[in-house]
Amino acid sequence: MNWLMNLGANTLNRLEMFGRATLMLFGAIIAKPQPLKLIPLTIKQIYVVGVQSLLIVVVSGLFIGMVMALQGYTILVGYGAEGSLGPMVALSLLRELGPVVTALLFAGRAGSALTAEIGLMKATEQLSSLEMMAVDPLRRVIAPRLWAGIISMPMLALIFSAVGILGGHLVGVDWLGVDSGSYWSIMQSTVDWNKDVVNGIIKSIVFAFVITWIATFKGYDSIPTSEGISKATTETVVFSSLAVLGLDFIMTALMFGIE
Amino acid sequence: MKSRKVELLVGVFVALTIAAGLMLALKVADQSMSSSEDTYILYAKFDNIGGLKVRSAVKVGGVTVGRVDDITLSNSDFTPVVTMSISSEFDQFPETSSVSILTSGLLGEQYIGFQPGFAIDGIENLAEGDYIEDTKSALVLEDLIGQFLFSSNDG
Repeated sequence: MNWLMNLGANTLNRLEMFGRATLMLFGAIIAKPQPLKLIPLTIKQIYVVGVQSLLIVVVSGLFIGMVMALQGYTILVGYGAEGSLGPMVALSLLRELGPVVTALLFAGRAGSALTAEIGLMKATEQLSSLEMMAVDPLRRVIAPRLWAGIISMPMLALIFSAVGILGGHLVGVDWLGVDSGSYWSIMQSTVDWNKDVVNGIIKSIVFAFVITWIATFKGYDSIPTSEGISKATTETVVFSSLAVLGLDFIMTALMFGIE
Repeated sequence: MKSRKVELLVGVFVALTIAAGLMLALKVADQSMSSSEDTYILYAKFDNIGGLKVRSAVKVGGVTVGRVDDITLSNSDFTPVVTMSISSEFDQFPETSSVSILTSGLLGEQYIGFQPGFAIDGIENLAEGDYIEDTKSALVLEDLIGQFLFSSNDG
C-alpha cells in the first residue's frame, strides 16, 4: 500500500513540475512579448552565455578535431584510404560531435551559471522585489536568458564544427602528410548541405532549447536556500546532459537512420 | 562604456558564427557547385548497379560533368534505371555514347564513366530525357571470383 502511494506521489510531483516548467516557458516567451525592452537585455545575456563560452568551445573543438584526425589516420592508412580522413572528420563533427559536445559543454559552462544566478536571485528575494515593483520577473529575468541560450548555442556549435575541421586539417595535412587537395575535395563531394549541415543545426537548436529551459526552470523553481541552489545546479547539469544524449539518439535515428 | 564593450564582443561573436557558417557552406559542403547550375536529365538502364549511390559523380575522362539524381527499379523488366543530371555546359554528346559503372581506386566509391561516342552524319546529340542504350554494369567481385574458379576447374 505504502509503495503504491509513493509511486503515485512521485508521479504527481513529476507531472506538477512539468506543468510549472511549461507555465514558466509560456509566461516568459509567449505571453505579451515586448521586443523593445527584450532585445537589449538579450544582447547582454548573449554576451554572458555565448561570448564567454567561446574560448572553451573553440579550444575543445580544435583539440577534438586534432585527436580525431590522429586516430582516424592510424586506421585509414592501413587500408590506403587516408584520403577519406577529410569526410570522416567533417561528417562526425557536423552530424554528432559538434552539436552534442557543444551542448554538454554549454550545459556545464552556461547552464549551471544560469541556474545558480536565478536561484540566488530567488534566495535573496530579488525576484519578489521585482514583482513588488510590478515588473514581471518572467519577462525581465527569464525571457532574455532563454532567448540568449537558444540563439547562442547553435552559433557555438557551428563555430565548434568549423574549428574542428580546421584542427583536423592541421594534424592530418600539415603534420601527417595527407594531401590537402584530397582532404577538401573528398570532403566536398561527401558532405551534403541539407542532409549534414542543416540537420546538425536543427539538432543544436533543439539541444539549446532543452538546456536553457531546464537551466532557467531549475533556478526559478529551486528551494531558496544554499543547499537548494546547489541541488538545483547539479540537477541542471545532470538532467540536461541526459536529455541531450537521449534526444540525440532519437534525432539521429530520425535523420540518418533510414536511408 | 561597459555596454558598448558588450555590444562589440557580441558583434565579434556573430561575425565568427557567420564566418564559420560560410566556411561550412563553401569549403566543406561545396554548396555553390551543386544547386545553381543548369542541368539536363539522361537515363540509363543497367543490369547491376553495384554500389552506385545517389549523388555519385558522372565523369568523362575523369572530369565530373554531372551527378546521379535518382536510382529506381523499372517495373516492366526489373532492371535498375539510373537518372543522371548532366551540366548543360556539356550538351554535345552523340547518341552513340556509352556509360559504365567504374570504381575509383581499389576501395573508392563507384561513379559512372561516360564514354562519348562517334559523331557521324545522321546521329543526333543526346537531349533531355533520352535513354543511353549502351551500358556496362558494375563489376561484382563475387561474380568475378566465381568465373575465375569455374574456368580454373575446366583447365
